Amino acid sequence: MPTFVYMTRCDGCGHCVDICPSDIMHIDTTYRRAYNIEPNMCWECYSCVKACPHHAIDVRGYADFAPLGHSVRVIRDEEKGVIAWRIKSRNGETDLNLLAPITTKPWGKEIPQLRNASAPSQDMRDSQLLYNEPKYIRMDEGGLHTLESNGLEMKAGVYY
Amino acid sequence: MAKTIVEDNIDILVAGAGLGGTGAAWEARFWGKDKKIVIAEKANIDRSGAVAQGLYAINCYMGTRFGENNPEDHVRYARIDLMGMVREDLLFDMARHVDSAVHQFEEWGMPIMRNPKTGAYLREGRWQIMIHGESYKPLVAEAAKKSADKVYNRICVTHLLMDDAKENRVAGAVGFNVRTGDYHVFKSKAVIVGAGGASNIFKPRSVGEGAGRVWYAPWSSGSAYGLMIEAGAKMTQMENRIVLARFKDGYGPVGAYFLHLKTYTQNCNGEEYESKWFPELQKMVGKEYLDPELSHATHRPIPTCLRNHALINEVNAGRGPIHMVTMEAFQDPHLEEIGWHNFLGMTVGQAVLWAATDVNPKYENPELTTSEPYVMGSHATGCGAWCSGPEDISPDE
Repeated sequence: MPTFVYMTRCDGCGHCVDICPSDIMHIDTTYRRAYNIEPNMCWECYSCVKACPHHAIDVRGYADFAPLGHSVRVIRDEEKGVIAWRIKSRNGETDLNLLAPITTKPWGKEIPQLRNASAPSQDMRDSQLLYNEPKYIRMDEGGLHTLESNGLEMKAGVYY
Repeated sequence: MAKTIVEDNIDILVAGAGLGGTGAAWEARFWGKDKKIVIAEKANIDRSGAVAQGLYAINCYMGTRFGENNPEDHVRYARIDLMGMVREDLLFDMARHVDSAVHQFEEWGMPIMRNPKTGAYLREGRWQIMIHGESYKPLVAEAAKKSADKVYNRICVTHLLMDDAKENRVAGAVGFNVRTGDYHVFKSKAVIVGAGGASNIFKPRSVGEGAGRVWYAPWSSGSAYGLMIEAGAKMTQMENRIVLARFKDGYGPVGAYFLHLKTYTQNCNGEEYESKWFPELQKMVGKEYLDPELSHATHRPIPTCLRNHALINEVNAGRGPIHMVTMEAFQDPHLEEIGWHNFLGMTVGQAVLWAATDVNPKYENPELTTSEPYVMGSHATGCGAWCSGPEDISPDE
């Protein structure tokens, strides 16, 4: 179910070209509109659909057995932190509006710059703990699990 | 005209910025404050790798903090489920660290569902938790972009470079820009290969226009293995292939359907078929791996590959197609919504397919089938380059 572009809505801005993981959304050099150069390598991941500021990209069924007439449309809003979907089946029996959060925090502000975090001590470097452990692991009963702490022993071979 | 571009004096090069590579860049920045960290990614880091679409569940979370599981429980589970094809030291290590990564994701803003009664994360199954993960990749990519000195998008790394001065040591990597054809040389003290597995080694079930709607990302070219093999790495358990039971044609995931929606499978006669194959399968693999009575009484899993084998056997016996019984669960509007969200969060194509072919799981039971085999980059498969685990839990070899 590859993507296709509504030529009247596309202004050739190239957001879809920028994001497509398959690198198959290109700008037509004559018409200056985006198009899917290789529909059979489209993962239908909707990355371009979500990125398009003009909602000019849609996804169709396979030409050999799914006629047009359905729609699965999406609006992703980073500021509000939600994604809204509308699914309409071809016969009109399924018509769903679905809303889901994409983040619980203000977009783009919550992830710290680790370069500015305090440097790890030698003790930390010698331990098995990763960044933010043990704080984040929150095992409630002590530190990182080891074979010893869990009453296990190393045994050779595959079967035991 | 394509140019050659050399990036020198890198301390850590991350080749491939999917979920693994982005995480590696983030962690590397903490331990190497002033080190030069560079990422080379084949697509755009914001939407690349197998999680480009998002994920609706985190399939491995111990919940040690809620008293749910311990790392050794996970090792036991995975050992049976993958029928022994595991590296137990690596599994144990991953299991003891995974919770802190999940808690960190939640702090970054990942919406993780909670069980209103217990306050713990909402469980899908014993190991899985439910998330609204549409923006999983953009969130983690942001962390990586903040951590790396430079991110090169659209660079496909093709070979690792060996050190002239030191034997058996990697000194960088080369690749090309998929848009311009520019040749890139990265000289680096260390290289982390975070590349992906391989799709399309086996002929996909979907053909023609559907060829791209494979379960694993169609742009996965097996670099995780190709780079390592050509550099002379010792590979382990490469016989491992992953085959999944999925909704037919759209490869829609079934995990939340089985575990959370409590839907179940049946053959064309409306009968449960799976357990009928257990005696025969037990003869094939031994009681060690398939012990339905013990599994019934305890948490011991029935290996997923054997359950898939039962599905294939049933179809071969002429009692296909296999249907997922959704008509009961979907009468509950809340579960119906979760069923659709589950696709929209990670496999939108399945929702498009159902909309296009007028499949409404509320009134008909959709068909299941098995996928073609994949060689995975992750998904807890056991294959890959040999790497030594942490000192305290690894064997000496």
